[in-house]
Amino acid sequence: MSLSDVLSPFSAWKNLFRDPVSIADPLNDRPGAPRYRGFHQNDIEKCIGCGTCEAICQNAAIDMVPVAEMATKAGDSGLRPRIDYGRCCWCALCVDVCMTSSLSMSNEYKWVDHDPEVFRFTPGIDLKHWDSTKLGYRRPEGHRLTGNERVVMGELAPEARADSFVEIVAGYDLEQAKLEADRCVSCGLCVATCPTHMAVPEYIASIRDGDYEQGVRLLYQTNPFSNVCGRVCTHRCETSCAARHEGDPIAIRWLKRHIIDQVPHDRVKQIAAEGRVNEPSDHRVAIIGAGPAGLTAAFDLAKAGHGVTVFEAQPAPGGMMRYGIPEYRLPYDKLDEDVDVIRSMGVEIRCNTRVGEDISIDQLREQHDTVLLAIGLHQGRSTRIPGSEHQDVVSAVELLRRITLGERFDVPATIAVIGGGNVAMDIARSLARMQRQQHGQVGVTLVALEAEDLMLADREEIDEAREEGVVILPSRGPRQCLIERDAVTGLETVHCVSVFDEQGRFAPKYDESDIQVHDAGLVVEAIGQAADHAFLGESLTEALEWERNRIRIDAEGHTSESWLWAAGDAVEGPDVITAVAAGHRIAASMMSAFAQKSGRA
Amino acid sequence: MAYQADRSQYPSRRPDGSLDIDLSSGKYLKLWQGPQHPGITGNMSVELTVCGDEVVEGKTHVGYLHRGFEKLMERRTFIQCFPIVCRICVPEPDFNEYCYAAAVEELAGLEVPERAHWIRTLILEMGRINSYLMYLGGQAGALGQGVIGQWTTYVRDLMLDRFEELSGARIYHMFIMPGGVRDGLPDGFEQRMEETLREIESTLADVKDVMFNNAVFKKRTVGLGYIDPAIVDQYGVTGPTARAAGVAKDVRRDQPYLVYPELDFEPVVGQDSDVFTRADVRRRDLLMSVDLIRQILARMPRSGAVMAPLPNVLHWKIPFGETYIRGECSRGEYGYYLVTDGSGYPRRVNVRGPSYTHAMALLERLIVNCNIADVAALMVSLHTYPPEIER
Repeated sequence: MSLSDVLSPFSAWKNLFRDPVSIADPLNDRPGAPRYRGFHQNDIEKCIGCGTCEAICQNAAIDMVPVAEMATKAGDSGLRPRIDYGRCCWCALCVDVCMTSSLSMSNEYKWVDHDPEVFRFTPGIDLKHWDSTKLGYRRPEGHRLTGNERVVMGELAPEARADSFVEIVAGYDLEQAKLEADRCVSCGLCVATCPTHMAVPEYIASIRDGDYEQGVRLLYQTNPFSNVCGRVCTHRCETSCAARHEGDPIAIRWLKRHIIDQVPHDRVKQIAAEGRVNEPSDHRVAIIGAGPAGLTAAFDLAKAGHGVTVFEAQPAPGGMMRYGIPEYRLPYDKLDEDVDVIRSMGVEIRCNTRVGEDISIDQLREQHDTVLLAIGLHQGRSTRIPGSEHQDVVSAVELLRRITLGERFDVPATIAVIGGGNVAMDIARSLARMQRQQHGQVGVTLVALEAEDLMLADREEIDEAREEGVVILPSRGPRQCLIERDAVTGLETVHCVSVFDEQGRFAPKYDESDIQVHDAGLVVEAIGQAADHAFLGESLTEALEWERNRIRIDAEGHTSESWLWAAGDAVEGPDVITAVAAGHRIAASMMSAFAQKSGRA
Repeated sequence: MAYQADRSQYPSRRPDGSLDIDLSSGKYLKLWQGPQHPGITGNMSVELTVCGDEVVEGKTHVGYLHRGFEKLMERRTFIQCFPIVCRICVPEPDFNEYCYAAAVEELAGLEVPERAHWIRTLILEMGRINSYLMYLGGQAGALGQGVIGQWTTYVRDLMLDRFEELSGARIYHMFIMPGGVRDGLPDGFEQRMEETLREIESTLADVKDVMFNNAVFKKRTVGLGYIDPAIVDQYGVTGPTARAAGVAKDVRRDQPYLVYPELDFEPVVGQDSDVFTRADVRRRDLLMSVDLIRQILARMPRSGAVMAPLPNVLHWKIPFGETYIRGECSRGEYGYYLVTDGSGYPRRVNVRGPSYTHAMALLERLIVNCNIADVAALMVSLHTYPPEIER
């Protein structure tokens, strides 16, 4: 200790001559830093109400609540996060995990009120002065807490598949499926979108847990066609997937297929039979058409103990799944597995039995309590252009059916396909394969009325068709089939300027100056299908109520006749999964009718 | 001034070894220090038995701040634990974030990007400066020198501003996430940090003049609270408290982590092992951190990822495993012991805070024969934060 130790502390007095360092009015002069994690903002238009913020919040400070002005719609639950600032710890995990980047935090941090209730609020709905603040915490670029890239599906290369009907898609292996399943945030938006409301998050969880039998159990709760839907479903679920907003949607369809592929068929049968009613009821049901709608209804009814007979005109069950979808997309043995499970419930399927020829509808009505019409759309529509009545101008469904039936026919070296939907792609790609087998090269030209980006076919169908050598010409309308010496030689098309008029009605406009001729020894029309109702007979056709060539049904699939229900493409459309949903609905409706009848008796 | 082993007032022991304190004799008085202690020792209390103004026995009582974090985390997913851990030590939360993140990364097999290592090191040194600044104010305040606290609080606020612009928060930064750090440095950060470091250096020069070169401070603290270097390991003493006793323990050098092997530094060591030396070691350690921050900012990579790709954190499961991650915080060795069992939740999280050993067993030993007026200064000199005792 020295004298300086006595004097040195007095140097503190120099501060007497300094300005104070404190901020006089911190409430107004001190905004939060640009990254400050302050009060929440939510862009409610971007928000889809998926609830991942609620799921990750460790304080349970977030509740997803219904909001008066928000409607539930596809891909949007209509719920919005309500935040309780009595619980929030400002960690911003909700912002980090937000699937659409709608949730963020402003740099505002001052909020004074005497009422504690106001600190529980719904950002974006309960308007605040910081709603439009640009500064504050946003999820940094590339900072993701959930995987955003889909696991790539193995597929046959174009050169390996172009001349073969072998299935293109390889399916995920165990590791790939786990990785893909891991990306799912279990929000359940897909469940609402799926026509038959499959338990998607739960069955994806079963992949993560490696419990495939549980997965199959969950699949069979809502869909007896998992082999089919796991391959060819239109997967609307993936269009509402929360992951699609800032990345690829979860490959829900491929994961479904992965589950059903992992469990041996016999075990699938056992699982599907769980909960089956063993005492047979005395109700008898006739189902016309062994497609997805008819067979789903048959599955449900038979499982509940009712006697079900399915009448199918074709030699094998499956309907459009078999006779419309090419084998390279859906192998027949996989379809057979699904049908076999349904048969094992006790469903009797009578193939090669065309109602109206082999058995009349009146006979069916006499022998059964109820009848379901699930006949599908098996008649091709014609363009009715000059020359289209020629025998070498055929409909796509007709041709697809012949291919499935195994008919060997010679395909010409050049073919024109009219239509821009998935059926057009199916037939174009099938014919291209046959051409390659028979001629060694492809000569298929596909003309579609719509522009490239408006074509109805799936994007990957268009791309894959091109990879296989199909020439796709969008914005071209058919004008006439050229016929020389009683043989089709080509198709003449004209440039289509627009398909719909201002009112949205179908009224194509053409540019007559742009006409092309495409060489074709065969013209295939794939512009839509119709149902063949001739077998109903005059009196029944008269008695039924109709709506634009379709039988009118109520919400439960019931027609105006008390004993008759109708389902599937013929009344509803457009895909397998919708038909499955209708099948369930019909079965439930019939069973409640049975219950009412039994109650009365 | 050496430690005086004066035991004249020390009560004799009964045959069973307990102290022979007869409260009814009128010779002794029970006195509670805390738990509402206005200093920086936080919510813990010491039950003092005094004879005159001399302490004959001190029993530490904790539990006033227990929040059950370790148990709580067993019911939280791995990502949900991330906002919890920082609360285990309020004034220097970043070590919790780092140790927890590093433990999770090791067990989950995540490879943290290089740039994140640098940013983590930067944050830990910034946190160390904050912690020391708070300590210096407390140490001086315990002896009646309020002005030091005002000065250090000012520069600490500047450092909090840097934390705010880097992490988005001033106290609970929640920036070091399993996998890396949330973001890179904001634009212009280096320059503002340099200004802050200069302000800290100038303030510390004033602190040296007013607090350390101070006859009163020396009179009160030199020789107070002597820790025998021989008991440093027995009592699990680490950090500046051990270094002030001449034991050059520093996890940053002894078991290097993050980018410390690439930085140029030597542990700050003292000799006399009293309150004054401990304060001085911390002051010099603070200046070393200032230097380390300059080194880090000069050498860190400016581009590249700051986060490893994470699995979907909503159902993140980590295989069986256990690990212990340690780091040198401003009080000593800070460690996380993490056990995982293959589920989505930690099986066990155990936090090793240096305050636990310092504030309980060691304090009970040091406090004997201490003057009542010096108890506060002695407690502060161990630099303990009760939140990390009660986790």
